[in-house]
Amino acid sequence: MSLAVTSTSRGRHYEALPVAIFLVLALAPLAAAFGAETYLLGLFTRVMIYGIAALALDFICGYGGLVSFGHAAFVGIGAYTAGIFSAHGITDMAITLPVALLVSALFAWLTGTVCLRTKSVYFIMITLAFGQMIYFVAGSLSPYGGDDGMTLKLRSTLFGFPVLQNDRALYYAVLVFLLASYLLCRAIVASRFGRVFRGARDNPTRMATIGYDVFRYQRVAYVIAGCLGGLSGFLLANATEFVSPSFMSWQRSGELIIMVLFGGIGTLHGAIVGAAAFLLLEDMLGGITENWKLIFGPMLVLIVLFARGGLLGLTQSLWERLRRG
Amino acid sequence: MAEPVPNPVLRIENLRKSFGGLVVTDGVSLDINAGELHAVIGPNGAGKTTLINQISGTLEPSSGAIYLNGDDITALPPNRRAERGLARSFQITSVLPRFSALENVALAVQARSGSSYQFIGRADRESALNDAAMQALTEVSLDSRADILAAHLSHGEKRALELAIALAMQPKLLLLDEPMAGTGPKESERLIVVLQRLKGRFAMMLVEHDMNAVFALADRISVLTYGRILASGAPAAVRADPAVMTAYLGEELE
Ligand SMILES: Nc1ncnc2c1ncn2[C@@H]1O[C@H](COP(=O)(O)OP(=O)(O)O)[C@@H](O)[C@H]1O
Ligand SMILES: [Mg+2]
Repeated sequence: MSLAVTSTSRGRHYEALPVAIFLVLALAPLAAAFGAETYLLGLFTRVMIYGIAALALDFICGYGGLVSFGHAAFVGIGAYTAGIFSAHGITDMAITLPVALLVSALFAWLTGTVCLRTKSVYFIMITLAFGQMIYFVAGSLSPYGGDDGMTLKLRSTLFGFPVLQNDRALYYAVLVFLLASYLLCRAIVASRFGRVFRGARDNPTRMATIGYDVFRYQRVAYVIAGCLGGLSGFLLANATEFVSPSFMSWQRSGELIIMVLFGGIGTLHGAIVGAAAFLLLEDMLGGITENWKLIFGPMLVLIVLFARGGLLGLTQSLWERLRRG
Repeated sequence: MAEPVPNPVLRIENLRKSFGGLVVTDGVSLDINAGELHAVIGPNGAGKTTLINQISGTLEPSSGAIYLNGDDITALPPNRRAERGLARSFQITSVLPRFSALENVALAVQARSGSSYQFIGRADRESALNDAAMQALTEVSLDSRADILAAHLSHGEKRALELAIALAMQPKLLLLDEPMAGTGPKESERLIVVLQRLKGRFAMMLVEHDMNAVFALADRISVLTYGRILASGAPAAVRADPAVMTAYLGEELE
């Protein structure tokens, strides 16, 4: 029996795109060697780190319909875990990374238990509220720099070796984490669990009446997204060698949503494109004028209004138009 | 001693539901036995959908009790009731629009076969799930449309899909809320044939305005008006009941 075509299967050029994205990211440091290497490596490392957080947000948002306005909280938690450990001289990521993920998971589990009882706008507001809560908590941690944040003495080590000390090593470590996160999300989306999670977005009542406890599935997905957010923050602390409450401000949460919309929601690799577009544009426009947000804002509105699928959707429809001639 | 009487599949005891001052279910009690098809008829606004919502658990009753195979399920959420073999269709079509017809049904199969906390392996390639789903689609003659997105199905096909989803759950009790609503006479005929074939496999509650369907299928009929059961009994008895004639059936049986 042939039962091939289903809603999860995609056309060919959809597959080519993620491959291209990761190829570009893998080769970028080679090109960077000819230019301002430290600067470009740093920029692309941040792109990939935010890519992980945006990916996680796209996972719950684009596939589960859970629009979180507090996702930066997890980035902050991951970053502060690395920061606080480092302040006490513990830098081995065999310890600090699992703890960062665990704390993120715990925060996601607890807040998810509350947030996921609500729907749509209320969900947005409550995730925002929890995000702000953790933001103020971080600001009040005076031993760890309070509102100003603190610098990390040392990047994470692995079994005593300073594996991330070199910028290139850090870059490729982040790339591996991004690739792993991407493949993980892709697998989950297509799995039994992912199908239930996607079904719950389409029609939660229907899912409940065929026997699924929608809330529990959503909470597990929320925890997964929280962990990836934490991973992103953990890497961010290493890349910038600095942590501050600003990592988890509501603006950062909003920027993550923008990245997801920008790249094309519900595609996963779109979130990476969105993170790249956002950070590169910010960087370029920021170089031209201090008021770059005045240009950036309207651009964003135009993309979201006219290209429903974000940048990916835009290139997709251009491509199809070109082929038809 | 006499043989113990087996529990009815569904027993509703003195169920009441009010929205503010409006009493929509007013002391309803009824039993549905194994294999029985119990039709509930009544004018629009009588409280039929509200009754089904309470049985399936999407709406909490104000008071009263609901038993499934002898167990009190009044406080259980809908998913737990589904696990115990309760399936339903919705008056207003309720499917997963962004999934193919096959995946809509496969999700119902998946709910009853193994854990859904599996994070790797493509669910849409699980042939055990797909085969069972295909079988349910075939029962409602929708197998040729298996790969079509539910959103792109015709209204009649969506009604059939709802039925296939319910069948895939291998229910002990099936609640059907106006399965023929909005379908043409041809499709209604087809649906009657399908239901005729399913009859006896499990208990069914059929809410329907199409009197041809009701009298062709029902073992018992209850007439609901203003949230109360006005009459309940065999089709012939209900048809002959003068109170029912005046309250509801009058013009349609002339
Ligand atoms: N959630 C609700 N809130 C208030 N009134 C409701 C609600 N649901 C149904 N009703 C009212 O209850 C009555 C019965 O509705 P319903 O059960 O849908 O009737 P039927 O299915 O028999 O046509 C109607 O008067 C309807 O307006
Ligand atoms: Mg109704």
